Formats: sequence, structure tokens, C-alpha cells
Amino acid sequence: MSFIPAPLSRFFHRTASPPHFYALADKLVPWLTVLFLLLLIPGLYGGLVAAPADYQQGDSYRIIYIHVPAAWMSLFIYVLMAVMGGIALVWRMKLAEVMLISSAPIGAGFTFVALVTGSLWGKPMWGTWWVWDARLTSELILLFLYLGVTSLYGAIEDKRSAARAVSILALVGVVNIPIIHYSVEWWNTLHQGPTVSKMDKPSIHISMLIPLLLMAGAFKLYYAIAVLQSAKLELIKREPSAQWVKSLLENKA
Amino acid sequence: MTLESFFAMGGYAFYVWTSYGITFAVLLWNLFAPIVLRKQLLRQLALKQKRGQR
Amino acid sequence: MSLIQAFFAIVRRDLLLAFRRRAEMANPLFFFVLVVTLFPLAVGAQPNLLQAMAPGVIWVSALLAALLSLDGLFRSDFDDGSLEQLLLSPHPLSVLVLGKIFAHWLVTGLPLLLVAPLLALFLGLPGQAMPTLWVTLILATPLLSLIGAIGVALTVGLRRGGMILSLLVLPLYVPVLIFASGAVDRAASGLPVSAQINILLAMLLLALVLTPLPTAAALKMSVN
Repeated sequence: MSFIPAPLSRFFHRTASPPHFYALADKLVPWLTVLFLLLLIPGLYGGLVAAPADYQQGDSYRIIYIHVPAAWMSLFIYVLMAVMGGIALVWRMKLAEVMLISSAPIGAGFTFVALVTGSLWGKPMWGTWWVWDARLTSELILLFLYLGVTSLYGAIEDKRSAARAVSILALVGVVNIPIIHYSVEWWNTLHQGPTVSKMDKPSIHISMLIPLLLMAGAFKLYYAIAVLQSAKLELIKREPSAQWVKSLLENKA
Repeated sequence: MTLESFFAMGGYAFYVWTSYGITFAVLLWNLFAPIVLRKQLLRQLALKQKRGQR
Repeated sequence: MSLIQAFFAIVRRDLLLAFRRRAEMANPLFFFVLVVTLFPLAVGAQPNLLQAMAPGVIWVSALLAALLSLDGLFRSDFDDGSLEQLLLSPHPLSVLVLGKIFAHWLVTGLPLLLVAPLLALFLGLPGQAMPTLWVTLILATPLLSLIGAIGVALTVGLRRGGMILSLLVLPLYVPVLIFASGAVDRAASGLPVSAQINILLAMLLLALVLTPLPTAAALKMSVN
């Protein structure tokens, strides 16, 4: 990693060492939680109370404030996992492996939420629980990609090898996501004809947009908090007999 | 706006509140499951360490 | 030994091994025909329905047959240790892996072309779709082998990797399935298919260059 200046590289390696990272996570979580609530509460208020009902969809459109941010997060986290996978493969950085594997269940959770809320929104709008709409279909395939990552990690005994395998898989998956997305889109126009789904909104009113962005920010912060909690667990699981875990136990006792 | 009409969601109460309910259930689970598991793991490790010292 | 020679040595060795076990070679073919046979039994024998479903049925069956045959790609080499020898060779592993995939495709993918007319007959696929079916099979079955090889390389070290392999590989097969069956579908109704064929060709070329790298990396991980 010669192209990274030495002090920066030293900083990364120190921060990335398990005890430092564990302590840093403990320090960060309260701040992140405060920020999260500062975005979540006005976001929920704006979305559920302040924003006017949609002239076509009535109040059912309020599902957008969780559906769309969850769908954004599902893609964002997968891309982030692939970046972590790349870092883990090139620099053999343990922390990147830990963050990758801690992100997977959270990303799968968001994907699941996007699917379920999409279905719950579709029922009053389309009249059925499930439509083979391009976006729902891509989201379903994304869920399978997430499940592939978690089950592959669970299946390989040696966790160092498992992390390498999962890093490779995440990179392969991220290359495939755009291909899958466009092929599904093409397939959808072929089979569904020009029926424009009602979720396509060319423009959105500002009073509806602000809560949406607040919720998107809140979900990002939620991810940061949840992934830190999950990473703390993973770090202890990986090296339960390390010196820093022992001193952690002594401090608690 | 009354509280009642807020909960009624213009007749879409079931869809809206189920969506929000499931979302928060999933998010809370993903947040608290690792915390609970970590506490358990730390307790186990502490027990092991005590036994080791004796 | 030059790289080209090494590549062909691998292909020759794998073909030789495959021909020694001729009985196993026919299994994916039987499976392919069998799955296609199940559909009329399950959905009823109305010619219209079967004809409409034919491209999809043939392609889903081809995909499952390819998936099932994947396990043999590295399994025996992993078990008898020759995979480790491959890793120790001075040549780049990705090229050698490409040789193995090529040999595997010659044995399991190419024969699907032979039974395709039979299936088209079973399902009443119009004759004008036959050439397209062949072209998509020629272009897309190697694509299935190349993508699948990544999954096999990741799971070859596992005792019960079969289920996970399908979970890993099937989502990645989605674009291939969409374009291949879409092309046959369009050909059956007399529409031009050059766009789909070109996309399949582009995906094949891309996969030829890109997939051997993660496959090689995954094999190194699995063997260690």
C-alpha cells in the first residue's frame, strides 16, 4: 500500500486494531443514537402527520417513508459490503472482514422490509399482494444475494477462509447487480406492456420530500449503530482469548 | 387532525401500521440481538476465566 | 511448457477422465429431458399452453441441468489432491481454471444441443425458433458454466455444499435466463432476436475475461 502516505496508513492500522475499534465504537454509539433520534422523530412526524395525504393514493402512500429508504439502504449496504470485501482481499484487513459480515444481516433486514412494505403498499394500489414489477423482482433477487452471503459465511468452519469467500462473493454480486437490474427491467417491459406503476412519481412535493430525506438519513444512522453493535460481537467471537478481551472482562468485573 | 383520524390513516390503517410495525420489529431485532448475544458471550467468557484462575 | 500447452493439457486430461466415465456423462442429458417431460404432466397437455411455455420450460430445465452438473467441476480434483497441484503450477491459475471450465462445458453443456430438437418437438415449439434455441444454447450454456464455476470454487471445500451452491449461483443466472428464454420466445413469434443474441454474446465475452479471476481466488481459499 505504498501509495498511501505512512501516517495515514499508521492511523488506519491503529484504528482498525480490535481494541481501539471496540473502544471507538463505544464512544461513537451514544452520539449516533442522538443524531438518529433527531432525524427519526421529525421524519416520522413529518411523514405520518404533517405531510398532506396524496390526492390519488390517500394515506396509503405514507408507506413510502419506510419503503423507499429501506430499498435505498438495501442497495447501499450491498455496495458497501463489496467495498469492504475489496479492502479485505487486497489488504487482508480483519476489520473490513468483520464489518462486511456484520453488515449482511442488516442489509438483508432492509431488503426484507422493502419487500414486505412494497407488498403492503401494492395491495391497496394494485389490488394484489404481489406483482412481478421490475423493482420488486430485483429486490427479491437482492434478498437471495444477501442470503447467499450469510449462509456461505455460516457454512465455512474456518472464519478467516469464510471471510475471504464472502468477500469474493460480495464483489461478484456487486458486478452482477446492475446486470440483473437492467435485465429484469427489460423483461418487465416485455411481459407487462406499458402499464406504468403508480409508484412512479415524476415529481414529489417538498412537504413530502423532506420527511423522506429525514427518514433516509435516520436509516443510514441506524445502520451505523447496528453495524457497530454487530461488529463488537463479531470481534469478541473471533478472538475470545485475546488479551484485550481479557482486560475488557476485568474492567467489567 | 384528531388522534382517531391519525390512527385510521384514511381507511388504510391496516396497510400503513403493519408496514411500520414490521419495519420497526426487524430493525429493533437487528439492533438488539447482537447486544444481547454479546452480553451472553462476555458472561460465558468471564465464567470461564474465573474457573481457569482457580 | 507454454501457457497454451498447459491450457490444452488440462482440457485433454479432463476430457479423457470424462470419457472414462461415459455413463455419468449422459446424466445431465437425462435430467434435462426428464424435467421437460414433467411439465406437460403437471400443467396439462393443452398444445397452446405448452407452446407458450416452451421457451421458458426448456431454459429453466437447461439451467437446472447445468447447475446439477456443476458439482463435478472441481469435486474429484479436490478430493484426490490434484487441485493443489494445479495451484502450485507456475502458470496463472485463472487460465488453467478456464481450461477446466471449457472441458466441463464440452462434456455437459454441448450435448444439450443434441436433445434440444427433441424437446422442441415435445412442447410444440415452432420450427422457426429452432435456430435461435441452438444459438442461445451455444452462447448461454458456457456462460452458465463460467458463472457457476465461481460458486463451485467457493463451496468445493464444504461437505454439503450443494444447497448453498444453488443459493449462490441461481440469482446470478437470472440475466442469462431472461435473455436466452426471451430470445427463443421472440423467435417463436417471428420477431427479430439480434438484440438478445448480441447481449448474450457480450455477457459471454465479459464472463470469459472476468469470471476466471474470482474462481481462481476462491479455489485458493478453498484449498487452504
